[in-house]
Amino acid sequence: MQQTSVSTVSTVSPVSTVSPEPTQVTRSLLPSGEKRARLRKWRSFKDKVSQYGIAFAGISVVAAFATIFIYLFSEVGPIFSSADVEKQHSYPSASPQPLFSNLERYGEVGLVADAGGLLQFFDAKSGTAQQKVQLALPADATISSFARGEPRSGLIAFGLSNGQVLVAKHEYNLSYPNDKRKIVPVVTYPLGETPIQLDPQQQPILSLAVQEGPSGTAITAFTADGRLSYNLFEAKTDFLSDETTLVRTDYQLPEAPKTVRKMLVDTTLKNLFVADMDNKIHYYDISEPAAARYVEAVTAVAPGQQITALEFLVGSVSLIVGGSDGALSQWFLVRDEHNNFHLKHIRDFEQHPAAITQIEPEYSRKGFMAIDATGHLGIHYGTSARTLWLEPLAADIQPARLAISPINDSFLILDTKGQTHNFLLENAHPDVSWKAMWNEVWYEGRGEKDYIWQASSGSDEFEAKMSLVPLALGTLKAALFAMLFATPLAVMSALYTAYFMTPKLRGKVKPTIEIMAALPTVILGFLAGLWLAPFVENYLSAVFSILLLLPLMMLLAAWCYRYVPASLRNRIGLGWEVALLVPVIIAFIWLCVSLSPVIDTQFFNGSLRQWFTDNGITYDQRNALVVGIAMGFAVIPNIFSIAEDAIFNVPRHLTQGSLALGATPWQTMMGVVLPTASPGIFAAVMVGFGRAVGETMIVLMATGNSPVVNFNLFEGMRTLSANIAVELPETAVGSTHFRVLFLAALVLFVFTFVFNTLAEVIRQRLRQRFSNL
Amino acid sequence: MRAWFKTGTPWIWLNAGAIALCLVMVIGVLGLILVQGGSHFWPGNLQTVQAKQLDGSEKLLLAELVRTEEVSAAVLKDSGVTLDAGQLVYPRHLLKVANRDMYGRDFAWFLDRDLANWQQPQDATVIERREWGHFFGFPQKLLERDQVVAEGAALWPELLTRITRANDIQDAISEIEKADIGRINNGLEQLRLERRKLELSGADAAQLSTYDQQAAQDRAELDAQYAELQQQLDALYADAKRDTLVMTSAEGTEISISLSNIVHAHQPNAMNLMQKLGHYGFAVWSFLSDDPREANTEGGIFPAIFGTVTMVILMSIIVTPFGVLAAIYLREYAKQGTVLKIIRISVYNLAGVPSIVYGVFGLGFFVYILGGNIDQLFYAESLPSPTFGTPGLFWASLTLALLTLPVVIVSTEEGLSRIPSTIRMGSLALGATKSETLWKVVVPLATPAMMTGLILAIARAAGEVAPLMLVGVVKLAPTLPVDGNFPFVHLDQKIMHLGFHVYDVGFQSPNVEASRPLLYATALVLVLLIVVLNMAAIQLRNKLREKYRSESD
Repeated sequence: MQQTSVSTVSTVSPVSTVSPEPTQVTRSLLPSGEKRARLRKWRSFKDKVSQYGIAFAGISVVAAFATIFIYLFSEVGPIFSSADVEKQHSYPSASPQPLFSNLERYGEVGLVADAGGLLQFFDAKSGTAQQKVQLALPADATISSFARGEPRSGLIAFGLSNGQVLVAKHEYNLSYPNDKRKIVPVVTYPLGETPIQLDPQQQPILSLAVQEGPSGTAITAFTADGRLSYNLFEAKTDFLSDETTLVRTDYQLPEAPKTVRKMLVDTTLKNLFVADMDNKIHYYDISEPAAARYVEAVTAVAPGQQITALEFLVGSVSLIVGGSDGALSQWFLVRDEHNNFHLKHIRDFEQHPAAITQIEPEYSRKGFMAIDATGHLGIHYGTSARTLWLEPLAADIQPARLAISPINDSFLILDTKGQTHNFLLENAHPDVSWKAMWNEVWYEGRGEKDYIWQASSGSDEFEAKMSLVPLALGTLKAALFAMLFATPLAVMSALYTAYFMTPKLRGKVKPTIEIMAALPTVILGFLAGLWLAPFVENYLSAVFSILLLLPLMMLLAAWCYRYVPASLRNRIGLGWEVALLVPVIIAFIWLCVSLSPVIDTQFFNGSLRQWFTDNGITYDQRNALVVGIAMGFAVIPNIFSIAEDAIFNVPRHLTQGSLALGATPWQTMMGVVLPTASPGIFAAVMVGFGRAVGETMIVLMATGNSPVVNFNLFEGMRTLSANIAVELPETAVGSTHFRVLFLAALVLFVFTFVFNTLAEVIRQRLRQRFSNL
Repeated sequence: MRAWFKTGTPWIWLNAGAIALCLVMVIGVLGLILVQGGSHFWPGNLQTVQAKQLDGSEKLLLAELVRTEEVSAAVLKDSGVTLDAGQLVYPRHLLKVANRDMYGRDFAWFLDRDLANWQQPQDATVIERREWGHFFGFPQKLLERDQVVAEGAALWPELLTRITRANDIQDAISEIEKADIGRINNGLEQLRLERRKLELSGADAAQLSTYDQQAAQDRAELDAQYAELQQQLDALYADAKRDTLVMTSAEGTEISISLSNIVHAHQPNAMNLMQKLGHYGFAVWSFLSDDPREANTEGGIFPAIFGTVTMVILMSIIVTPFGVLAAIYLREYAKQGTVLKIIRISVYNLAGVPSIVYGVFGLGFFVYILGGNIDQLFYAESLPSPTFGTPGLFWASLTLALLTLPVVIVSTEEGLSRIPSTIRMGSLALGATKSETLWKVVVPLATPAMMTGLILAIARAAGEVAPLMLVGVVKLAPTLPVDGNFPFVHLDQKIMHLGFHVYDVGFQSPNVEASRPLLYATALVLVLLIVVLNMAAIQLRNKLREKYRSESD
């Protein structure tokens, strides 16, 4: 408005030439009209540049802030997206009747083993045959059963109709001649190239299980006449000749089931699971093979249904059971109070519409894929209990066998019509779900459901435990204790400073508190961790006596002040109580600290800390008490300055009116000032809480950073922010863990943002109210 | 009593107690840091003392008394000490015995009753070594290539001159190693990168071979320079090892210390107050100007100060224009309405968002996305080792700039809003354009507010550690981010930082007791820096308020 009016005036002036009189008398001191026009142009150009430049800078700053929000969301989003499947290639299968199929890490080479004992490697993209290996089977025998070990071991075994077994292993050797990847598939025979006579009675082997364990290779076989045998092959190296010999030990297992669908031995070689043709899983304890024990049989699918598929998840702890009704469930061994293991049902997955025909575990995660009789493909994940995909593959594909790439980026489907289909798979973050992050989850090897945060470990078979509950609770715990310490101190300080303190002292106190706000939190954390924590531990009784008795001491000082001669009191004047109380507080603290050993020896056998431990209270040196004090110290100035502002700005005429009506200063405070300013005080507490929630360095340094779920004052905690600081530099970019940490950051961001916004809105309304009063 | 409570006086006193307690805490914390950090440099006296050890044997120690505390009998009983009946509390002393190479640890606790016969021998000497920490003992003789050159009374002055000489040689060595050899390595690396760049740009074999020929010449020249420097270095190293000091420890074990391993030596018991003050000043100066040694637990903190300051300066350069312009936009140009109100509240609230969130954003967006793309575009020749695709100085500064932007915006806006509208109207009425009014009238008047904002931003940035742990601060940076090699300021380099130094030494170091005084000293430097900056901001703000109060009247 202003600007346009100025410019119109200036454009008018050269046209309406100056009135004739002055031009005649004196020469104009103004520059010539042309020059002025140029100058005006230049000025308006500068004006425009300035306007657009500032607008650009302003908008880009706002955009930068918006980017934070958008970017955090974009990093977190993929966690919650489901899987995606896309067909790439189709070609005729190498074998029409596959027993087993496999896909190599880079998705370049596939393997199919058929009932004739022929292993064929082929190009997984085109189906071109690459290498064929015919197993040395005796002429008079046929393959009657098949088994595989842990997928990453590449171990496969064939049971023959004459009681023999042949064990093979497939590997993919990588080399990089001329910087190009070259994959050479290899088949080896860990137990010899010729079949082993496993069953001395030469009965057909109807079912088979094979596994490599710490003590050797184990084979379990179920023969046609209903015997269950366990055979261990241990490689022993001769010390003198350095020759390796295989030592075979045979065991007969008790109480063999009548029928067997599938058998599995875990990689510790301690447990054997046998699924029968009905609905039961039989569990054998084979940790002492000579004294093997039949433990129990559990009904794993609904009554009237049969178990149609059974497979280990990676690590061979969890069993995935597939039923004839399409049900999928997870089971593993749980230790009971008598230290005995029992097979327990853990969780169910989304049900398929028809009988499960194959379950294929992932190589390095606790996920699996399943196919069923109606051609549906299911992608499921154990820990998070998620079903990421459950749809028919395509109308014309009826899958017979399934093979997943070890890095979960593609899979092969061999269908019943002799075609192989190569699919692209996108399934990056199945391992977390909103539900699993905030609910109790039953993790492998645990006795019960629990909230656990343990995101990484050295082993691939490790099940990442990413429950945000311990971290969120830790954050709240730290913030809560800090607020318990800070709120009364800060609000009372604000009341006094704003209303009772003499202006002279106020001018000194406020900057001091502002300095307190500016102290770097790393310094506070360092003092809390290295000075306060040992101090609190050594003088625990002193700390408690100070916390409990200091208010009484102050009241006592006030009582005594009444007996100070009135003349002296008048000389000191009102509003100097602080200066009088400082020496009292210092003296009392000193007294408590020096009396602490005496109290300890008199009442607590010498040490309060030891007394806690003896009475079953866990005491960590870096605990919530220390954090509460240190972080309370950090948030006091935040609460103080906002609350003080709110109280100080209460209109004077209100308080003066109250005082004039005969109320005491304290009554005025409680009856007039506090109710008027209470929204401001509330806003101050909210801002303080927001700060306490996001504080990082203090909790990082003054707690043990152990993610526990409790509110014990004497134990540590791990907060969201400290967890980010500890773990983010060490995670792989783009991994689930990385994204979950981003989620933690987003949670912190949104939480503090909402809290601060609410506080700001409250303050603004309060300001309006004051101006109306 | 009841009447007294009814007057409300006790409650007022209780409120006064709260603020008094806050003041006690603030002063206490500042005092603790000041005393602990400041006393570290004072040359404490050494004392010989007869100590009875746990197995009952006696041992003569030469030690500095660090602190004394009282410990209850119950605690001692757990550590297997035989106690006297009836005594409940025992005083015990923490002694710094130094000589880590001989005793295995620098510090030891002794009960007061096990120590006897305290004495302060005049010739007790503290040797500050480059390795193995301090040595406490008595100098015996000074050797030059195994020949005794000084003994007895002549020893001490001779030792001091020779230490100065050895330190000069050390300085020359580090000058060559850091500056000259650094330059040569930089040159060689540039040659390699140029060739790789040529390769990537699709040059054929002929072009490559011509380049190789040219480069070979440069390389040969650099190699020759390097060989010459290496020769100089060898000579210096040999020279540095010329002198050896023979010391005896308290119990009489003789030990030789090469003068090349000695930073400094002093005899605290023989010093008078002036000498002690002189030593104090010297110790403070070397703490501020030296590089750290022994995994940051000894030596100085110069790189950390330098890194902090460089980062903060860079941050100021980024944050000032953007913060000020954004504030001007919000206050003067943007259309005032609901949207702006929301934006303004959001911007203000970003100051309350936890700093670690900014760190996460900085790592993900700046380092991995922006930095990764910059590497692809401009530094493809040095891939796969990242240049900007890894945490570094620039990203740290940028993250902090984003973190402190709200502070600058809030402060500037406040300054702008305090300027009376009459001044603006006057300027416009005189025919000035909006931008002229802004830049010549309004902004100069608001400069103090902007300065306040900037100072507060700097104070906040200097003390912030959590986001920096993610975006570019390391425990030990091999070189400073500013040096004599082109482009002089290395934005991609990782830096050291005072706050992170405190965190790292205090919580990741194996020998916390030894580094504790150093930690307090580092904390003191950081606190002083921030307190001074904040005081300046508060002063400026008060002045500003006074100014406008008088102008608007």
